[in-house]
Amino acid sequence: MTEILYLIAAVCFILALQKLSSAETSRAGNLCGIFGMAFACLAVYMSIDVSEIWFILTAVAIGGSIGIFIAKKVSMTALPQMVAGFHSLVGLAAVLIAFSACFAPALFNISGENGIFTSSLIEMGLGSAIGAITFTGSFVAFLKLQGTYKSNYIPLSVNTCIAASIVALLVYFICTESVPAFIILTVLSLIFGATLIVPIGGADMPVIVSMLNSYSGWAASGIGFTLQNDLLIITGALVGASGAILSYIMCKGMNRSLPDVIFTAGTPASAAKSSSEAKPFKQGAAEDAAFILKNASSVIIVPGYGMAISQAQHALKELGDILKKNGTTVRYAIHPVAGRMPGHMNVLLAEANVPYEDVFELDEINRDFATCDVAYVVGANDVTNPAAKNDPSSPIYGMPILEVEKARTVLFLKRSMGTGYAGIDNELFYEQNTMMLLGDAKKMTEAIIKAM
Amino acid sequence: MECCVFSESLTWLTELLKSASAGGIHGITVFILACFVGYYVVWKVTPALHAPLMSVTNAISSVIIIGAFFAAAQSLFGYTRIFGFIAIVLASVNIFGGFTVTHRMLSMFQKK
Repeated sequence: MTEILYLIAAVCFILALQKLSSAETSRAGNLCGIFGMAFACLAVYMSIDVSEIWFILTAVAIGGSIGIFIAKKVSMTALPQMVAGFHSLVGLAAVLIAFSACFAPALFNISGENGIFTSSLIEMGLGSAIGAITFTGSFVAFLKLQGTYKSNYIPLSVNTCIAASIVALLVYFICTESVPAFIILTVLSLIFGATLIVPIGGADMPVIVSMLNSYSGWAASGIGFTLQNDLLIITGALVGASGAILSYIMCKGMNRSLPDVIFTAGTPASAAKSSSEAKPFKQGAAEDAAFILKNASSVIIVPGYGMAISQAQHALKELGDILKKNGTTVRYAIHPVAGRMPGHMNVLLAEANVPYEDVFELDEINRDFATCDVAYVVGANDVTNPAAKNDPSSPIYGMPILEVEKARTVLFLKRSMGTGYAGIDNELFYEQNTMMLLGDAKKMTEAIIKAM
Repeated sequence: MECCVFSESLTWLTELLKSASAGGIHGITVFILACFVGYYVVWKVTPALHAPLMSVTNAISSVIIIGAFFAAAQSLFGYTRIFGFIAIVLASVNIFGGFTVTHRMLSMFQKK
C-alpha cells in the first residue's frame, strides 16, 4: 500500500511540472504538487508509530506557519532571495536526515552484521555533502541577493584544496565508517558551499540560483538512495534535472559555460577602466519622452532589474494602457537573464496585470526592434549592450542581446550614467537615436504618464 | 555546453554505479529514468513560468520530509529524534511556503 501511494505521489509530481507548460494549466499543476505531497505523507503515516503523531504534527505546524507567513509577505521583487533561502533549508534538512541515518542506521534498515552497508555509506556521505553545499551556498546567495553581503575574492586554489579534502574524507568514511570523519566531511562541505559562492558576482546570480536549485534536487536524491526510497530518488532527479536545465538556459543567455561562471569568478574584478573623458549624450525630460511616445505607432518595452528595484511594473502597465488607447502597439521583450532569477521579469509584469500575450522572449521579438518606433528600456543595461556584438574585447562579447539600438528611438531609463553589473560602459547611451531619461524608473514613468 | 551541465550529474552517477554492485541496481534504474522524465518535461515548460517552476520544484524537493518523519517517530535514539524534528520544521517551511508562493505567482498569470 505504501509503495502504491509513493507511486501516485511521484506521478503527481511529474504532472505538476508537466502542467507548467502553459499558463492555463499551471494552477492545476500546483494542485497536483500539493496532492503528491499529501499522498507521500499519508504513505508515511501508515507505516510509522502513530503514538508519535503529535510530535510530528507540532513540527509541521511550526514550519508550515512560518512558510506560509513568509510566502504571503514576500514582495515579488524579493522573490530570488526567498527562493535561495528556501533552497538552503532543503540542504540543511538533507544534512540532518543524513546524520539521523548515520547515528541510527537500524531505523532505516540500512545496516547488517558488519555495520552500515557500503552502498549506504557512499550515498549517505554524498547526500550529506551535497546537502551541506546547498545549505551554505544558498545562504550566501541569499545574503548577496538581499544586498547585505558583497562578493569577496577567494583564490581558486583554496576551493580546490577543500574539494580534494572532501573527496579524501568521503573515501575514508566509506572505508572506515568513522563518525568523526562523517562530521568533518559535512563541516568541510559547509565551508566549501560558502567559499564556492562568495566570489561570484551579482550578474551571475540567475545561474547560481538555478544551480543551487539543481543541487537541492541531487541532495534529495542522495537521501533517497540512503533510505532506499524510490519516491525521494524520483523527486530529487526531477528537481535536479529542472535546475540543471535552467542553469543551462541562463548560461546560454550569457554565452558562458557553467564552469566559466563558477571558476573564473575567483579572479579579482579588473577595476572598470572609467574613461575620464565624459562622452556627450542626449538627456531628455519626461515631456520629451511623452511627445515621442505619443507619436509612436509601435513600442517595445524592455524591463530589467532596474524595474524590479524601483517597482516600476505598475506604472509601466499604466503607460502601456494609455499608449494602447492611443492606438499604439505595445509589447514587452524579456531577456533570459534579465533580473536575478529565471522568469523574474515575467512574474513582475504578471503582478502588474500585463497580459502574457504581450510578453515575448528574446528569439520571438528580436527581429521586430528594427521596425519599431520606440524601444523603452527600463534599467536593463548589460542585456542591451551592443558591445556584446561589436567589441571582441568586451567581457560580455558573444552574449545574445536585445537589439534595441535598431529601434528608431531608444528611451533609456536609468538611475545614473554609471555602468551595469558587468562594469562595462554601454555605447548605446551615446548613440544619436538614444535619449537618456535619468532618474528612478517608477517616478520617471509616472512623470511621462502625467505629461501624456 | 549541454555536457557541462550534465558532467556534474555524471560524476554523481559514476559514484552511484560503484555502489550498484553492493546495493542492487534498482535505485539507479529509477534514478536514471526519472532524470530522463525530468529532462523532457522541464524543456516543455514555458520560459514565462520559470520562476514558478523554481518555487514548485523547491517545494516538492522537500519531500525528503518523509525521511525526517521516520527519524522523529521513534523514541530509541535521542539525537536522531531531535534531528528529525528540526528537519521536519525546515522541510515544512519549504513545502507550505513553496506551494503558497507558487500559487500566488500563478494567480497573477491567470487574471487578464
